[in-house]
Amino acid sequence: MSEIMIDPITRLEGHGRIHIFLDEGGTVDHAYLQIPELRGFEKFVQGRRAEDMPQITSRICGVCPMAHHMAGTKALDDLYQVDPPSAAKKIRELVYSTFMVEDHALHFFFLGGPDFVVGPTAPKAERNILGVIGKVGLEVGKEVIGVRKELRGLIEDAAGKVIHPVFGLPGGVSRAISPALQERFAAGAAHAVEFGKFALQVFRDVVLGNSEYVDMVTSEAYTHRTYYMGLVDAANNVNFYDGRLRVMDPEGKEFLAFEPREYLDHVAEHVEPWSYMKFAYLKDVGWNGFTDGAESGVFAVAPLARLNASDGMATPVAQEAYEELVSTLGGKPVHYTLATHWARIVEMVYAAERLAELAADPEITSPDIRTLPTATPVEGIGVVEAPRGTLIHHYQTDERGLITQANLIVATQNNAARIALSVDKAARALIHGPDVDEGLLNEVEMAFRAYDPCFGCATHALPGQMPLIVEIRDLRGELVREIRRD
Amino acid sequence: MTKPKVAFYWCASCGGCEEAVVDLGEDVLTVVEAVDIAFWPVALDFKVSDVEALADGELAAAFVNGAVRTSEQQEMVELLRRKAGTVVAFGACAWLGGIPGLANLSSRESILRHVYHESASVQNGDGAMPQEQIDVPEGRMTLPHFDETVRTLDQVIDVDYYLPGCPPPVGLITAAVMALVEGRLPEKGSVLAPDVALCAECPRAETKPEDLKVKAFKRPHEVLADPDLCLLAQGLVCLGPATRSGCGGACIAANMPCTGCMGPTSRVIDYGAKALSAIASLLESQDEEEIAALAGQIADPVGTFYRYSLPASLLHRRVEPAAAARPGGAS
Repeated sequence: MSEIMIDPITRLEGHGRIHIFLDEGGTVDHAYLQIPELRGFEKFVQGRRAEDMPQITSRICGVCPMAHHMAGTKALDDLYQVDPPSAAKKIRELVYSTFMVEDHALHFFFLGGPDFVVGPTAPKAERNILGVIGKVGLEVGKEVIGVRKELRGLIEDAAGKVIHPVFGLPGGVSRAISPALQERFAAGAAHAVEFGKFALQVFRDVVLGNSEYVDMVTSEAYTHRTYYMGLVDAANNVNFYDGRLRVMDPEGKEFLAFEPREYLDHVAEHVEPWSYMKFAYLKDVGWNGFTDGAESGVFAVAPLARLNASDGMATPVAQEAYEELVSTLGGKPVHYTLATHWARIVEMVYAAERLAELAADPEITSPDIRTLPTATPVEGIGVVEAPRGTLIHHYQTDERGLITQANLIVATQNNAARIALSVDKAARALIHGPDVDEGLLNEVEMAFRAYDPCFGCATHALPGQMPLIVEIRDLRGELVREIRRD
Repeated sequence: MTKPKVAFYWCASCGGCEEAVVDLGEDVLTVVEAVDIAFWPVALDFKVSDVEALADGELAAAFVNGAVRTSEQQEMVELLRRKAGTVVAFGACAWLGGIPGLANLSSRESILRHVYHESASVQNGDGAMPQEQIDVPEGRMTLPHFDETVRTLDQVIDVDYYLPGCPPPVGLITAAVMALVEGRLPEKGSVLAPDVALCAECPRAETKPEDLKVKAFKRPHEVLADPDLCLLAQGLVCLGPATRSGCGGACIAANMPCTGCMGPTSRVIDYGAKALSAIASLLESQDEEEIAALAGQIADPVGTFYRYSLPASLLHRRVEPAAAARPGGAS
C-alpha cells in the first residue's frame, strides 16, 4: 500500500490537504480531504454585544466578509424583531448584489476558469490568470481588474470598508446612499451587466465549443446525485438576500421548503476525527456516511445547487442563460459538479441585473434607513446565500443583547460532505497507481475547485496555481517518490 | 541590480490581508517591478521547500499576516524568520492578535468541546473529536496541534516592523513596500503608519467639544447617529482618541464608531487599557455610584476595548481564577 499526500493546496484559505491511500494494486482505496484549521468563533463570541456580530463574524472570511456581515445583520433584525424600512432593505441588497458580481468574477477569471480557458492539463506555468489573459487578450484582463475595482470601490463607499464592512445594524443600515453615489452605482451596474454577458460568451466559446471539455464536465468522475439547497423568493426564483430555503431531491422533486428560522429541524452537522471541519447533512434523511443518492443526507449548496433548488432566475438575461444551461445539460437537476462554473456565471448575470434594477430605484436614496429596535432580544436567525452557498447565523442573547450562544453554519460546511465525495471519486477515477503526473493531479483538484470552497472560510486571490508536493511513501513510511509542481 | 526578494505568508487569519494586497490593483504592478516575490502561497506556486532552499537572510523581507495558533503556523514563521532580513507583522492579527485573538477568553478544551459536541446543530452521539493522530481503515492520518493560546507574531519570533489595520489600508501597504525597496525604513520596532490618534484626522474633529463629557453611553443600534457630528459627543463608544490614524476614518465615514483595528500609538503599551481610560475620562460625574452606573452602560468591556489586541495585552488571555480564591468569579 502507498499513499499520496497533496499538501498544501493553496487557492484555499488555510491549509487544506488531500490524503490519498492506494491499495497494493495501486487502486485508490480512499482519498480524504482534510481541513487542519480551527479558530473557534462560536465560542469566543459568547459575551460579545449582539450588534457587533456582523463586524466580528466578517473576520471569519476576508474574501466574503459581506456575506457574514449580511447574515449577521439579518440575524439581528430577527433578534430584535425589527423590520427595516424598505429603502434599507434595498440598500442592503444593492450592496450585496455588487459583492456577488465581483466575487463570482474573481472565481471564474482567476481561480476556476484557467482550468478551462487555458486547459486542465496545460503547462502548469500557464494555468492561471496570466494564461487566461494570454488566451483572451490583455484588454480583457484589464477589464476584469477594472470592473472588480469599480465594484469594490462602490461597496466601500456604501458599507464603510470593502474588507470588513460596518454598515449593517438591526433595523437597517448606518448610512444612506447619496444621489451622487446612486449615479455611480448605476454606471457600475451597467458595466457589470455587460461584463456578465461577456463572461457567458467566454464560457460558450471556450467550454461549450470544445467537445473534450463538454465530455469532461458530463463525465461520471465529476458527477454526484445529491440533494440541493438554496434560498428562493415567493416565485421560487433564486435569491441571494432573502426568502425560504428550498431543497430538491436527487430526482429534482421539491423535498423541503422551510423558513430559515426552522433550519435546526432540517440541517445537522457530523464530526469526523480526521478533519477540523464539520460536515452538514439533511436531518430529514440522516447521516449515512460519505455516499450520495436519495438515502444519503449529503446535500450541496453554491451556484449549481441554487439553480437546481429554484425554478429559475428573476431577471431576463439570467433567465435565458439559465434555460440554456438546463437544456444543454439535459434538464434538471444537473448533477455535474463542473457545471457549477457555468451556473456561477448565470448567477453573476442575475446579480448584475438585480444591481441595475436597484440602482435605478428612486427609493434607494431615501434617508429613511433605520427602524430603531424596541423589543427585548432573545434569539435571532439570519440566512443569506453567500457566493459559496447557504450561510446561517444563529444567535441567542441575554436581555442586554449579549451573546449567550451562537451557531454558524458556513457555505462550505454545507458543501463539505459533497466536496469530500467529489475529491474521492475523482481520485478513484483518475489515479491508477502511484505514478501520477501533475496534470492528472490538477484534474483531481478540479473536483473541489468547482465549488469555490472557502475552508476556514477563505482566501483566493491572484493567479497562480496550487503549489503541490506529492509524496509517495511505502508501507514503512519511506519516501518512494516525490512529485513537485513548481 | 537584482531585485530584493520578498515573501507573503498567512497564519490564523481570514484572507482579508491577502485581498488587501490584491486591492492594490494596478499598483501591484509597481510592487512587482520593484521586488521579486519569492513566496506567496495564495497567489504564486512557490512552496515551503523553495523557502527552505533559500540562504538564511536571502529574503529582503517577509510579510506575515494572522496570529499564531497551530504547530504548523509556528514552524512556518520560524522558517521565514531565518530566511528574511526583515519581518513585517502585517495587519492587526499578526501585530496584536486580532479578532481571532478573542479566543484567548476561552480555553482550548472549551472551544473544542463547544464546536464539536455542544453547538446547536451538531449530532455527535459517538463523541467524535478531531485528533492529532487518527487511524482510519486505510492507514494513519494527522492534524496539526491546536494550541492553548493565540499568540501575536512577536510572541513567537523577532519582528522588525508592524503594519496596522484590519486589513491594513492600501496606501500604507504601498508606502511600506516602497520604503523597504528604497531603504528608507525607520527604527526597528516601528509601526509603519502615522503616530497620532484617529481624532486628529477625523472629518468630524471640529465637532468634538474641547471638554467633551458623556452623560450616557449609547449602543450603535439604539440611536440614529447624526452623520456629521462627533460620535463620542453623541454618546457612542468611538475609540478614535485611543487608536492610531492612517485608515482615513473609513468606519466613521459610514457613520459607525471606530472599533480600534489600527491599534495604539507608540506611546501606549496596552491598547485596551488606554482605550478604557480614554473613555473613562469622559464620564461626567464625581459621584461613585453614578460613575459605576455610567460605566455599567458599556456592555462587554473586554470585547469592546480589547477586540483586536487581547493576545498583545499585558495579560495575553483570560486567566482562570482558582475556584476557591474567586467564589462566583468571572463566568
